[in-house]
Amino acid sequence: MTLADMQFQTPDLRLASAEIFMLVMACLILILDLFVKDKKRTLTFVATQLTLVGAAVVTFATTSGDIGYTFSNMYVGDLLSDLLKLLLYLTVIVVLFYSRGYILEREQMARGEYYTLALFATLGMMVMISANHFLTVYLGLELLSLSLYAMVAMNRDSVPATEAAMKYFVLGALASGLLLYGMSMIYGATGTLEITGVAERLYAGQADRTILVFGLVFLVSGIAFKLGVVPFHMWIPDVYHGAPTAVTLFIATAPKLAAFAIVVRMLINGLIVLAQDWQSMLILLAVLSMAIGNIAAIAQTNLKRMLAYSAISHMGFMLLGLVTGVVGGDARFALNSYSSSMFYVITYVLTSAGTFGMILLLARGGLESDELDDLKGLNKRSPWFAAMMMMMMFSMAGVPFFVGFFAKFSVLQAVVAAGYLWLAIVAVFFSLIGCFYYLRVVKLMYFDQPACSTPLEAPLDMKILLSANGLAVALLGIFPQALMSLCAFALLRSL
Amino acid sequence: MSGTPLLSLAIWIPILAGLVVLATGSDRNAPLARMLSLLGAVAGLLVTIPLYTGFDMLTPAMQFVELKTWIPRFNVNYHLGVDGISMLFVILNSFITVTVILAGWQVIDSKVAQYNAGFLIMSGLLNGIFSALDGLLFYVFFEASLIPLYLIIGIWGGPRRVYAAFKFFLFTLMGSLLFLIALLYMFIQSGGSFSILDWHQMPLGRTPQTWLFLAFLIAFAVKVPMWPVHTWLPDAHVEAPTGGSIVLAAIALKLGAYGFLRFSLPIAPDASHQLSGLVIGLSLIAIIYIGFVALAQEDMKKLVAYSSIAHMGFVTLGFFMFSALGVEGALVQMISHGFVSGAMFFSIGVMYDRAHSRQIADYGGVVNRMPKFAAFFMLFAMANAGLPATSGFVGEFMVILAAVEYNFWVAFAAASTMIVGAAYTLWMYKRVVFGAVANHHVAELTDINGREFFILALFAVGALGMGLYPQPFTEVMHSSVNELLRHVALSKIQ
Repeated sequence: MTLADMQFQTPDLRLASAEIFMLVMACLILILDLFVKDKKRTLTFVATQLTLVGAAVVTFATTSGDIGYTFSNMYVGDLLSDLLKLLLYLTVIVVLFYSRGYILEREQMARGEYYTLALFATLGMMVMISANHFLTVYLGLELLSLSLYAMVAMNRDSVPATEAAMKYFVLGALASGLLLYGMSMIYGATGTLEITGVAERLYAGQADRTILVFGLVFLVSGIAFKLGVVPFHMWIPDVYHGAPTAVTLFIATAPKLAAFAIVVRMLINGLIVLAQDWQSMLILLAVLSMAIGNIAAIAQTNLKRMLAYSAISHMGFMLLGLVTGVVGGDARFALNSYSSSMFYVITYVLTSAGTFGMILLLARGGLESDELDDLKGLNKRSPWFAAMMMMMMFSMAGVPFFVGFFAKFSVLQAVVAAGYLWLAIVAVFFSLIGCFYYLRVVKLMYFDQPACSTPLEAPLDMKILLSANGLAVALLGIFPQALMSLCAFALLRSL
Repeated sequence: MSGTPLLSLAIWIPILAGLVVLATGSDRNAPLARMLSLLGAVAGLLVTIPLYTGFDMLTPAMQFVELKTWIPRFNVNYHLGVDGISMLFVILNSFITVTVILAGWQVIDSKVAQYNAGFLIMSGLLNGIFSALDGLLFYVFFEASLIPLYLIIGIWGGPRRVYAAFKFFLFTLMGSLLFLIALLYMFIQSGGSFSILDWHQMPLGRTPQTWLFLAFLIAFAVKVPMWPVHTWLPDAHVEAPTGGSIVLAAIALKLGAYGFLRFSLPIAPDASHQLSGLVIGLSLIAIIYIGFVALAQEDMKKLVAYSSIAHMGFVTLGFFMFSALGVEGALVQMISHGFVSGAMFFSIGVMYDRAHSRQIADYGGVVNRMPKFAAFFMLFAMANAGLPATSGFVGEFMVILAAVEYNFWVAFAAASTMIVGAAYTLWMYKRVVFGAVANHHVAELTDINGREFFILALFAVGALGMGLYPQPFTEVMHSSVNELLRHVALSKIQ
């Protein structure tokens, strides 16, 4: 190590200003909440939402479009991170709006901690998105996970929620262990944990391949745990089902963006030289996820559990875009493939938010309304929201004119372009199977008679937001170009 | 006329009308919903008339073309246009929509707005399928049109409606997902173009052509439907409400056949020639075997559903003999079948609305109570059996003539089943309409009212007019069909 390396540099705080803002505000809100007497915690809620908006402003204002590193290259700010963070804030804002009514009806959740934990989870995801160091990835991931464990367990008296939190914690800790072990192997092989540094060593061919691939297996397993793809998916159905729906909504949306980011950072930025190795692992995971996710979802009677399996299959489908980036050492498809995956994740988060939002809309009076049969005859009770839910379902099934079709389309075209015709056929085959259970939801809402005929009652803000969410699914399905090119542009400027 | 985006109007007027109708909300506003739907459907029909009057029948090129970029990232365009093959179907579809709205006028009394909106939106989507010149645009319309029909069968259908709706949706989706992969393959092969016209010119080796042809075949065979993937159709027809059956038979089945002409033949001409035996074989099975199956049916709707499959067998047979007479005969058959099967399903609906049964055995002597209806029903039964002077005769006769030129035994097999066709239709007619009044249900029947008379008269004008004077229909097809056949005769293998 030369003297130059030892010099202390003042980190460029501008790149991390959004994170600093978020951290300061989260701490302030934690203190502020102590002085809030209001049982509804309206002030805390408003302050949290304003913090997210403020973070968006900071992120937007500091966007430069260039790639910048700070904190001794542990941290990166680029267009990709800015775009994903902005989407992240938006998702969390929407999620908190949807959850508001639900948590107010549950005494143990209607506390200030719910909002602070959400902010800390968001901070964790921001750190993941901007990580340029394996330990930074780990740091962000743990901050996210620990916040989520607590959020799942917040409804203390609920046995399923406690069980879900235990499962989530134990399996999450195992996944973190696998991830750390993989990182240590990579460190052993390359002598660095800095992601761009690892990539440089690999390009120079200075690393022991056996150790690298050994570490890669653990790294991919850890990522697979966090994404929730088969065979590391076991926690997903239990946690989605057991957690309070508001928390399920949180888990099912925002973390997918962050998980995509760490895949890009670690596998693509760091280990692209090993693409052949991790791509073949991901193909296996993708095919298994689509198969097991779609088939198991058919057997579910609980809507949250069904959506959990559907999430597994969607993450599998999303992986297809990542496995076709490098073909035979040729990376000319990379941008097309990775941006299709990114588009897929974003549209999935949008649709998933709306779907769980619907479950929250149906749940009233402190009761859950998450069985499939609770949707029966929704068209009679509220034609408008039945139509919204129908659009989400057709979008998830990949039927045009809804955005989910273009997500599947863009991933499939990447797969076909890379020459994996068989993989595309497997993917559409399992989509066909998956279509069945989405159609069943539509059937319950439209073809069946309602068990109770009480009209839906919900706060106006939720109704408006949920409608906007549904219309976005339809509008992005008619005009997908802007979001598609935004994804491609962000990746082009960041890779 | 060149400045007016007629095709866009034909697509979006019904869809927007459908959304407006949806906005009328609950059944309290049902009369308003009905009026608005009729207005939308008639407006949708009116804008398609200039497509015929302004059509240049001398050129095989696409007309009324509209081209706007839609998704530049994948070079997808909003590219519309019609030629002599597709133009008539846009008009037919818009016409059928009017009849469907009228057909449900008094019969549908729950969720009226949603019912009518479903048909209007579907009408727009179907027009989109017939006028799309961009592969992805075609696919998007093709898939999206499943949603309204799924809902229509599932909400307003009969006792086994859920089963029928799922079967319909999943069968069709199965075919079209492989079609999507075929489209993506051609997108890559053509160097990034989704234009169907570019694909027509694109050279392709024998193996890819064969695979593409098979992918198209699965997608379109399900939709036509051809034996052995026809099983969803009788279920869907039997369970669907009358309007759903009319659209299904008159338009939705034509999509598959249209797909053969737009995709299979011009994109994979060598494979089409090579595998024409397969398609002709399947068509003959449909004509002969399904004809006998129809003979055994006890449910009138099921009988007409099977007869639809047999009639569509003539269509696919006509396409794959590669002669102008055969293709034009098949196209005439498609349009004729639109009128005749639509009318048949409507007639059955008229009886069902009164007696709530579709079983042949529950009827007998209907003529004694419904003489006007019996006369119309007679006409359509004759047209369904292919009697000369009805539209049913023209198409089948042209296809059989083409078959004689192609191969005597094919012609023999196809022609001999015209007897079976006459047998099942007329036998059903005899059992339902003639004889003494069978039971008190029949005794209570009342003859058709003015609305039903009007709809039946519309269909009758179509079926008779086309049978007596088919030239206005065939003359617009000539140049497009000849150009298509010239193109298909050229090998694409380089």
